[in-house]
Amino acid sequence: MSLSYLLEQTLNGITLGGLYALVALGYTLVYGILLMINFAHSELFMLGGYVGLGTLKVLSDPAVAKATGWGFLEPIQSFFMSGNFGFVMLLVATFGVSAIVIGILGMFIERFAYRPLRHAPRLAPLISAIGVSIFLQNAVLLWIDSKQLPYTRADGSAFVTAKTAFTIGSVEVSTMQVFIVVTSLVLLALLDTFVSKTRIGRAMRATSQDREAAGLMGVDINRVIALAFFIGPALGAVAGVFNGMYYGSVKFNMGFIPGIKSFTAAVIGGIGNLRGAMLGGFLLGIVESLASGFLSNAYRDVVAFVVLILVLIFRPGGLLGEAVAEKV
Amino acid sequence: MALVEATKVTMMFGGLKALSDISLSIEPGEIVALIGPNGAGKTTFFNLMTGIYKPTEGSVTFDGKELGGKKPHQVCQIGVARTFQNIRLFANMTTLENVMVGRHARTHAGPLQAILRTPKFKREEQHTEDEALKWLRFVNLADKANDLAKNLPYGAQRRLEIGRALATEPKLLLLDEPAAGMNPQESAELTRLVSRIRDLGITVLLIEHDMKVVMDIADRIYVLDFGEMIAKGLPKEIQRDPKVIEAYLGKGAEALLAASQSE
Amino acid sequence: MTAEATAARNKKRILYTAIAVLMIVVPLVFQASTGLGFLVRILVVVGIWVLLALGLNIVVGYAGLLDLGYIAFYAMGAYAGVLIGQSFSSVLGGATYWVMLIPAAIAGAVTGLALGFPVLRLRGDYLAIVTLGFGEIVRICLNNNIFGITNGANGLPQGSDQLIPPFGAVWLQDNVRFETPLGQFVFSQNLFWYFIVVGLCIVAIIVITRLDDSRLGRAWVAMRENEVAAAACGVNIMTQKLWAFSLGALSGGVAGVTFAYVQQFISPESFTFMESVFVVCIIVLGGMGSIRGVIVGALLIRGIPDLIQGLAVAGVLKLPGEAISMITGYRFLVFGLLMVIMMAVRPQGIIPSSRRARELHPESDAILADEDQTLWDVEHREQTSSHNP
Repeated sequence: MSLSYLLEQTLNGITLGGLYALVALGYTLVYGILLMINFAHSELFMLGGYVGLGTLKVLSDPAVAKATGWGFLEPIQSFFMSGNFGFVMLLVATFGVSAIVIGILGMFIERFAYRPLRHAPRLAPLISAIGVSIFLQNAVLLWIDSKQLPYTRADGSAFVTAKTAFTIGSVEVSTMQVFIVVTSLVLLALLDTFVSKTRIGRAMRATSQDREAAGLMGVDINRVIALAFFIGPALGAVAGVFNGMYYGSVKFNMGFIPGIKSFTAAVIGGIGNLRGAMLGGFLLGIVESLASGFLSNAYRDVVAFVVLILVLIFRPGGLLGEAVAEKV
Repeated sequence: MALVEATKVTMMFGGLKALSDISLSIEPGEIVALIGPNGAGKTTFFNLMTGIYKPTEGSVTFDGKELGGKKPHQVCQIGVARTFQNIRLFANMTTLENVMVGRHARTHAGPLQAILRTPKFKREEQHTEDEALKWLRFVNLADKANDLAKNLPYGAQRRLEIGRALATEPKLLLLDEPAAGMNPQESAELTRLVSRIRDLGITVLLIEHDMKVVMDIADRIYVLDFGEMIAKGLPKEIQRDPKVIEAYLGKGAEALLAASQSE
Repeated sequence: MTAEATAARNKKRILYTAIAVLMIVVPLVFQASTGLGFLVRILVVVGIWVLLALGLNIVVGYAGLLDLGYIAFYAMGAYAGVLIGQSFSSVLGGATYWVMLIPAAIAGAVTGLALGFPVLRLRGDYLAIVTLGFGEIVRICLNNNIFGITNGANGLPQGSDQLIPPFGAVWLQDNVRFETPLGQFVFSQNLFWYFIVVGLCIVAIIVITRLDDSRLGRAWVAMRENEVAAAACGVNIMTQKLWAFSLGALSGGVAGVTFAYVQQFISPESFTFMESVFVVCIIVLGGMGSIRGVIVGALLIRGIPDLIQGLAVAGVLKLPGEAISMITGYRFLVFGLLMVIMMAVRPQGIIPSSRRARELHPESDAILADEDQTLWDVEHREQTSSHNP
């Protein structure tokens, strides 16, 4: 057990935490406004990875151009594959397309699966969300593939090669890790600004405090909710693409466990609280990484679940939520 | 010894002081009213007495036993029953079933006896039903025993809540705005009902806005405003108390004045 | 009793008698007919799921607690039954299954109590996630060979006992055989287990019905309708929830050990989150709080796909090869969709209990909000105040 190992695990944890934070935001945005756990969010994360992969393939894989016979793809692909600028654009396009597609899917799901249940007992939307989750998972399983798909270029190499960005002591920090953490922080900062400084961001906050009053004040509740169901899933999709690139593959059931862990992260930070979700994400990532490195890797998932149960029992308000008085 | 003794009770929710330094006492057999403008903290006091909140400071004792910190079902077992400001009935159970639930605290049959259908169990079930019917008759709802609670007219729902509370065999009954939404005829019936409850030996503490009911039935009155006790005493005294009239300013004050004129 | 009521009761009696007769005769017929024996096996599996659903129904349907990790109790019962049974099989000989029912039930109940104690005061959706987490913890621990006894992913075999010779399953299978016009009748182990599972279900139904019509049953309904008011009537909310939770868990444990002996093999694969969802699905679609609904739900959700799969495998139904393996995937696809549609259109399920149907279509939002409040919410003034985005 050495300092560099500790550092390595912590860095892994921070990277993981960035992913969790992005997904946790989706859970907390929705919960804050609708008091509902969007169980399907984990599947949107997964689908984000798939859409990203699809986009990458279409925009950069010559085999795809050949298979579809779309002539116009060739010049597009050579643009994206040429040099650094093209490559950066490829990444932008991938994340962008994935975020937008999944964001729209999120709004679609809200509109048809959850909106009819807005006045139903609280468990109804939860059960419906489970149904959506099962549907999406199995749709991918049946109509795409049951096996995991590799997240690689046409020649089999990784999209973002694991070059070392810099080293701290003897620990290498890969470009991918830096990419994930930096992007996460930037997106989180953007969202934070959006919510606190813009008019519609204010509307979202108002709606999450008191839906009825916000409506009476002229806020278009449906629009605010739709927006939450765009932003949350979009961020989740970005995380999904990152997940695919970082771990090298996507699979139909890759959303389930990270989804629950991200929800745990949101709860740790204080459900409904955006900064809490960010904080919770990074915290959980680090805790999980350290536990896996120093205790046992096989039980790393158990760590997250145990943390979830403990937080919900002893401090359900989370770190940044109000300190709830102890039940007498 | 007073049946209920509240000593310097304070209730804080975060930074908000809902009740500050409330002291009151109730003798057995009394009918005491707790009045005050909306938001004065009256229902909060009820919630404190019935175990939903724990007082931040101070204590409330009932029959010598400390209520603060007890759970609601324990409070019921000790002998304190209540109704709610916004009626809390078991909407999809029948009137009779609602009152039968009220018998829960005074019955003991557990799952094992229920599964085995022991003679003791069957006797207790019969007794529960009989007692429930008895209380339904007391509040004049026996003819609606098999109606769903949610289908009852408003006044009947209020009476049902009282009947259910009575079925718990309380020594003290807390009524939270029992006359709310009632027309004068219904309020008069309610006043008679409360009187009959007192005749049974049950002490009553009621929150009420309808001044006519309060003046008719209360032995003593406590007045709250913004969480503080601003007046206490006999109905006649409260009517004339300028602090009280000032706190109410409006419909209540007119009723107070009108009632004081008519005596 | 009025003439109509008597007529209605008689009709009911005839219906139930007919069902009883069918339930005895039909499997016998299947067993006797050549090539249809596998249908009895399907009935056994469906029966186990009915038992599971009946158990979870106590928790979800009666007490109103959404448990997404119910399968953990099933797993505890199975593993307890197998592991303890292995140590004692030499002593108990053919009676192992019957004796193991006790440790399995206890394992289930104790697990239910242990989990219930800390988590049952949580609000509905949190409770759902926490129980999900617990279910996963159990599965992961089993999979990782915790304490070195569970044999991890490789699972544990469970030998086929004589089960009370000379009338045990194996004895019956070896000795009760004769020719019928339809084919050779063998009192197979499947048939044996069929009758046992049906027996267990009947016991469960009797217990549940009796509990429903009792002080406990009323307390459960009251608690579900308006927790704050129920507590004011002297109902100890925590105790009632614990009773429901542990009784449900006990039932799960019994189902688990039965499953172990029927399948003669257990592994963590049988105890995943999807299986928990399955049981929830049965209840939601069949009808929460309703015994008949739950049975119908199990028949539809488990029986039909299994039937299709069985017929395809037996060659009776001609399906392309890949389609057979896809059936599981399609089954879940349809369920997912059904759950969404059912919640929007008919949340009380196909055959709801009349009470539930009323509950799920309340008069107004205010009633809903009021009813939905738990004591915890009232005490902590709604957890919602932690939003400060």
